[in-house]
Amino acid sequence: MQDRIPVLNVPKYHADELLGRIHSFESFGTVDGPGTRFVVFLQGCLFRCKYCHNRDTWDLDGGDLYSVTDMVEKILPFARFMDASGGGVTVTGGEPVLQAPYVALLFEKLQQHGIHTCLDTNGYVGVYSDEVHQMIDHTDLVMLDIKHIDDHKHHLLVGVSNQRTLRFARHLADIGKKTRARYVVVPGYSDEPDDVHALAQFLAPMENIEHVELLPYHNLGTHKWKAMGLEYPLEGLQPPSTESMDEIEGIFRSYGLEIIR
Amino acid sequence: MYKEKAGDTIQAKADPWAGFTTGAWTETVDVRDFIQKNYTPYEGDATFLADATARTKEVWAKVLELMKEEQRLQGPLDFDTDLPSTITSHPAGYIDQDLERIVGLQTDKPLKRGMIPNGGIRMVEASCEAYGRELDPTVNKIFSEYRKTHNAGVFDAYTPDMLKCRKAGVITGLPDAYGRGRIIGDYRRVALYGVDRLIEDKKAQKASLNNEVMSEDVIRLREEISEQIRALQDLVTMAASYGFDITKPAQNTVEAVQWTYFAYLAAVKSQNGAAMSFGRVSTFLDIYAERDMAAGELTEEQAQELIDDLVIKLRMVRFLRTPDYDALFSGDPTWVTESIGGMGEDGRSLVTKSSFRILNTLYTLGAAPEPNLTVLWSEKLPQGFKDFCSKVSIDTSSIQYENDDLMIGKFGDDYGIACCVSAMRIGKQMQFFGARCNLAKTMLYGINGGMDEKIGLQVGPKKDVLADEYLDFDTVWERFDEYMQWVSGIYVNSLNVIHYMHDKYSYEAAQMALHDRDVYRTMACGIAGLSVVADSLSAIKYAKVKAIRNEDGYVVDFETEGDYPKFGNNDDRVDEMAQKIVSRFMDLVRETPTYRNATPTQSILTITSNVVYGKKTGNTPDGRKAGEPFAPGANPMHGRDENGALASLLSVAKLPYDDAEDGISYTMSLVPDSLGKNEDGKVKNLTGMLDGYFGSSGHHINVNVLNREMLQDAMEHPEEYPQLTIRVSGYAVNFVKLTREQQMDVISRTFHSQV
Repeated sequence: MQDRIPVLNVPKYHADELLGRIHSFESFGTVDGPGTRFVVFLQGCLFRCKYCHNRDTWDLDGGDLYSVTDMVEKILPFARFMDASGGGVTVTGGEPVLQAPYVALLFEKLQQHGIHTCLDTNGYVGVYSDEVHQMIDHTDLVMLDIKHIDDHKHHLLVGVSNQRTLRFARHLADIGKKTRARYVVVPGYSDEPDDVHALAQFLAPMENIEHVELLPYHNLGTHKWKAMGLEYPLEGLQPPSTESMDEIEGIFRSYGLEIIR
Repeated sequence: MYKEKAGDTIQAKADPWAGFTTGAWTETVDVRDFIQKNYTPYEGDATFLADATARTKEVWAKVLELMKEEQRLQGPLDFDTDLPSTITSHPAGYIDQDLERIVGLQTDKPLKRGMIPNGGIRMVEASCEAYGRELDPTVNKIFSEYRKTHNAGVFDAYTPDMLKCRKAGVITGLPDAYGRGRIIGDYRRVALYGVDRLIEDKKAQKASLNNEVMSEDVIRLREEISEQIRALQDLVTMAASYGFDITKPAQNTVEAVQWTYFAYLAAVKSQNGAAMSFGRVSTFLDIYAERDMAAGELTEEQAQELIDDLVIKLRMVRFLRTPDYDALFSGDPTWVTESIGGMGEDGRSLVTKSSFRILNTLYTLGAAPEPNLTVLWSEKLPQGFKDFCSKVSIDTSSIQYENDDLMIGKFGDDYGIACCVSAMRIGKQMQFFGARCNLAKTMLYGINGGMDEKIGLQVGPKKDVLADEYLDFDTVWERFDEYMQWVSGIYVNSLNVIHYMHDKYSYEAAQMALHDRDVYRTMACGIAGLSVVADSLSAIKYAKVKAIRNEDGYVVDFETEGDYPKFGNNDDRVDEMAQKIVSRFMDLVRETPTYRNATPTQSILTITSNVVYGKKTGNTPDGRKAGEPFAPGANPMHGRDENGALASLLSVAKLPYDDAEDGISYTMSLVPDSLGKNEDGKVKNLTGMLDGYFGSSGHHINVNVLNREMLQDAMEHPEEYPQLTIRVSGYAVNFVKLTREQQMDVISRTFHSQV
């Protein structure tokens, strides 16, 4: 993979014509990357996280269609806020890598305008196509969400294997892509010290990892499940205690990883 | 030697201006020139600031006790029923004479309210009644039979159409029964020059008119200047009752603060203007503080203490008002607006250490709605000051911000904000406050041919009710335009009546004495319901809106099918509609000649009256139900801004300031966590938001950083939140002083948060 020839633009796509499925926007994102960010939520995800707080983004056919050009036009008026705060654009979802060609071209255009790009992903990449490489090339910062280090438990929690995610993490490390890892602490699912040790061991050697962001599970997405007439799988589950968060932070730190909470 | 009090000055310095750089200001009354020649810009951060002294805390605790009692009574602590307030009507009053560094109260006792009948005796009578006391019959008789009031004069001249518009609420909040306010005296002049010099100056102004043709204008001006001179003489008398001789310039910081405050005090003793703003004082005072500190005569603690004491006094300003008035402008506001920061025309920042000190009062004394601390924001302000402002906003929700880069070109670098958003050159300009016109109702009049949808009265000119089953955009716009033409004429003419009478029967001599001879006047109109109208027109244009009629054929409700662009999402399809409404109404306002040739302007500002306006307005095509509040000021409607805070800001920033020069108010409430993960991040993101908004030509923003849950808790347990301050359209209030209805309105408004 390292010896491939970087493809910086893909002529087969045109910004006016390439469409993305968009769930929604947030013009004042302050927790998804550095500074103030325009956050684009893409529609469609293959993970089935029990605690998903954007349940309405799963459907692969939902959302509204926007061309890259339209999206860039929508974003540009906010550039001033990004400049003033050291922010940029974050693409999240849903799962953005499912629309890699779109993200690739969008990020290319944004970078041409001097806008910082951040990809918030669970790393579920099957084939490392030209478009996937191009997407990564045009990403200034990756925020990689690793749900679980244990494949079996990953399956239980989110419905798919973690192999693609871990491969994506290794790829980012190989090419030295600036990355922040994110880990959601779900009581009873991802707060076992042994698992945390294993994840920390996996991440510790990776020099591209800036820090690990520890996120306590929250149930603020419950209403979205209910609004769709669905049962919330983790009904009644409470967020982790501060003590539990402290303990997990301690484990990561013992491997020399920097932690943000 | 530091003087404990102004009066402790034993031997006068030979020259009160010693150490100051001279210039034009030494020859003519020109405070701006004095500031420019003498101030010291401060580029650093807030680490130099001092805490409150034990003395300050003791004085403030006493005042807080009184304020708590006032809150418990839900009305005035005490008020006069037989003594009309003038500059000299009351003997000296104190909180605690031995403790106070800066002295002077509106009446003889703290928080006791004076009675100012010149605006209207009925308002005074109603206030007395509402709070269970009887207005002294002699006073009533004097102001009913012998001395006409502003209110009586206005109603002598109002036309039947004006009365109808007022009754229906298509024009509301008119200052026809109380003081109009929104006039800022240049209170600094008293400190810099002493009153003798100012009287001399006024006498020369009067003499300059000796050989003019005695036209009505000249006669009026000569009479006004004579009144101004008397007010200045009264000011000297009032200060003397506190033991001070303010005929000469202030000699040090404590005197500069005291003299300036006395000048302001004269204004609030003699006028109950809706907004009695303070001006742009902190950087002026800083010059004295720097001089005294350089001479070793003042420490940082002492400097903070003087500002603290001044601010305590400004927090105590009170007027006697009726509960009706409170429903419109809730929370007992006085709009003692102090403008802070901004840039100089020469490119130097006007931020000084005293700019920090006055913001620091929100820590030394805790959060509070008054004085209405207003930061004049420029992208070029020093970073340390910007970040301190953001921090104070996050901690106290007590600051509003206005775009200095936008205003400096129109108003120079010595303007102040009157009330909420109205910029004016201090001492050179005033405005005729004109409340606002309800454009949502005007649009409904267009649909129903001038019939009022709430009170069933033919208010506007009678035309056919629009007959379409589904409303047609072009037809509705045309009709809306016709009724805007009609209402704008009645509106401006009503204001002409009001301000003619106010000048005649309730002239602000104390404030105008601190102005130049010839002032520039604006006729400050305003509009309410902008986002309701923009969304309604957008619904009619982009969705299908069916008109629902009552048995008489009038349209009383609407059914909307399909989605449509809504104001507040940075969507030009509707944002341009909002811009067009603003510009069109302004053009129409400009067509009617104004009293004293005032230049017409308008604001997009409702204060808390968005609740009352909503109450008086029927169902609207955007889906808003009859009686529901409008959004405040230029805000998008609650919950319709779906793309987050910045999209909402950009929609508002696009409104044309050139056609709304009296200000465009936007109120934003943010949940603390929505600003970022940690304190540094929050400060950085808020600073970035302000830079971005003002860089996009936004005019004004209130920033609240609060949790919805905290407000709900405060509704249930007001006693635990005596100082909880929130910004509402253009001013700040104690949350617990709002009516329950307004509290609900604040809570229901969009809180920007994200998961």
